[in-house]
Amino acid sequence: MFYREAGQYKKTYSADMAVFPILQDRIGIGLILLTAAVIIPIFGSNFFISTVMIPFLVFSLAAMGLNIVTGYTGLISLGTGAFMGVGAFACYKLTTYFPNVNIIIWILASGVFSAAIGALFGLPSLRIKGFYLAVATLAAQFFLEWCFVRVPWLFNYNASGAIEVPTRTLFGVAITGANATPTTRYLVLLGIVVLMTWVASNILHGRIGRTFMAVRDMDIAAELMGIRLLPAKLTAFAMSSFYCGVAGACMMFLWYGGGEASDAFNINQSFNILFMVIIGGLGSLIGCFFGAALLNIVPIILKFGLPAIGVPLAGATAEHINHLFVGSLIIFFLIVEPHGLARLWQITKQKLRTWPFPY
Amino acid sequence: MDLLFKVFIDPFLQMGAMPDLLVQTLWEGLVSGVLYALIALGFVLIFKASGVFNFAQGIMVVFAGLTLVGLHEKGVPAWLAVLLTLGVMLALAVAVERVVLRPLVNQPDIILFMATFGLTYVLIGIGEFIFGGEPKQMITEELGLPRGAIDVAMLGGRVTFQKIDIAAAVIASIMIAALAVFFQYTRIGRALRAVADSHKAALSVGISLNQIWAIVWFAAGIVALITGIMWGARSDVSFALQTIALKALPVLILGGFTSIPGAIVGGLIIGIGEKLAEFYWGPLVGGGIENWIAYVIALGFLMVRPQGLFGDKIIERI
Repeated sequence: MFYREAGQYKKTYSADMAVFPILQDRIGIGLILLTAAVIIPIFGSNFFISTVMIPFLVFSLAAMGLNIVTGYTGLISLGTGAFMGVGAFACYKLTTYFPNVNIIIWILASGVFSAAIGALFGLPSLRIKGFYLAVATLAAQFFLEWCFVRVPWLFNYNASGAIEVPTRTLFGVAITGANATPTTRYLVLLGIVVLMTWVASNILHGRIGRTFMAVRDMDIAAELMGIRLLPAKLTAFAMSSFYCGVAGACMMFLWYGGGEASDAFNINQSFNILFMVIIGGLGSLIGCFFGAALLNIVPIILKFGLPAIGVPLAGATAEHINHLFVGSLIIFFLIVEPHGLARLWQITKQKLRTWPFPY
Repeated sequence: MDLLFKVFIDPFLQMGAMPDLLVQTLWEGLVSGVLYALIALGFVLIFKASGVFNFAQGIMVVFAGLTLVGLHEKGVPAWLAVLLTLGVMLALAVAVERVVLRPLVNQPDIILFMATFGLTYVLIGIGEFIFGGEPKQMITEELGLPRGAIDVAMLGGRVTFQKIDIAAAVIASIMIAALAVFFQYTRIGRALRAVADSHKAALSVGISLNQIWAIVWFAAGIVALITGIMWGARSDVSFALQTIALKALPVLILGGFTSIPGAIVGGLIIGIGEKLAEFYWGPLVGGGIENWIAYVIALGFLMVRPQGLFGDKIIERI
């Protein structure tokens, strides 16, 4: 009754092609942004912001990256974790060499390095398809993981082999390092995520995104229609790795605040992000946020929520139940709705439009 | 120049100078190759019959090994424990077919692939929940597997063969031969091959797909149990084995997803290749290249033959 586009006339083509064509959607997205940018920083506790919101945003960004290559272009990649790692190390090296340049610029620039590496490892995708390609991307994962440990230049020859995040400021306020408050880090991260989602949405709705989808649906047919496969696939890999790299840099600098890269960017991280994309919905931007939210919140509920309401759960048991639960959840979602939470969201919207009538 | 010498000439000089060391390395590679081949075999069985890329094969190996050891710890005699474990694997096969595969019939490949990801997590969860997360000792003696090593003097040095490795190679060969006979000469084996060729044609001559899938998952379960025993005897039974199982993936793409001989040859190439690379070329870059060299070898092969060594030719139509 309230969610209905009756009376909203579109008078130009650009209005018709808008990402949010319905007024209610625009109001909704405005409210969400308002909540994220104003209400959560004011009312959210430090614990909530640093354990729920910051990981959620980082994973959303990484899932977006993977979704570009797997969901939109149909190339399965199992090297997400490694590409994130490239971003983190690139950001670390850049800020060590040029400490005076603002860290946000370096976080975004580190994606460029990740994109270059991603495009390099995307080269086999022209010749190899399907599962064969998935295994080929594992080569990237393991090779880069090895580099993170064995090439001391990457972590500035320090003894621990970990990335040490220095304190960097924006307008005199510390945004990385030990002195940065969770709220500042959250706001910076939010800005990056909103900016990059906006860019991704525009690219994916435009010519490049349509090229990706044509390649996904059938690459031979796409080739016959005049799409050059090599540039298309490499662009997809580069763009995907760009997003993953920025996510990795954000993860290290705005969330972890330093640490062992080989732990943070291992193969399990790649799988984790793949799950987010699958559960959220392949080929959907909003699905990335849904998937990241679900897979991020479930472990937290199991870890902190259940003991709080009096169900005693040791750390190890919570871990086991978490595995069991995530696994069952994946199977359940694949059976019930192979297109993920994004499709459920679409169905809900359709129901809302016709409510209170059945159709 | 110096670098080129170190990469292209020096390793071969080393091989020539100490042939006993070369034989030892080759043998190590051969044994791990056989074990990779065993894991890959489980993948191939399922992929041939149902077109499902079963990511859970690695965890099935761990799960089978854990069940066996766990039952033995509860006081069940070793051989009975083996039988009971087989029963568990059968139950698992039926459950997987009923709960996961049947509702997902006709979905795209990637969806089924993801479902086996989910299965992996479920099995990790159940396994840790029941048996705990810490590594366990495989019951080698109770199963009658030999221990110790044989030293053989040859080529001017001594080469050590672990007895368990010899046993693993022999058992693996027997099992591969048995599988070949099973596929070639039995009624079920013929049905399996029919399903592998074409699901629709097999259905039309009255082969029950559901039954075949349960059988083939059970067969993969048996392979997993044997692999679990062998790997477990060489190291511990722990969830770390799961990462080793990822090594079966380059083996698979090297040999082709649909070929049993491919899995074996691929396993041997990867096993020997990575041991040689680690031993002779590894020190040049600081070691530890065993983790990724297998993928690079496989990738190199793929660039030349995208369907693997023995895989079916990929024909694409519009």
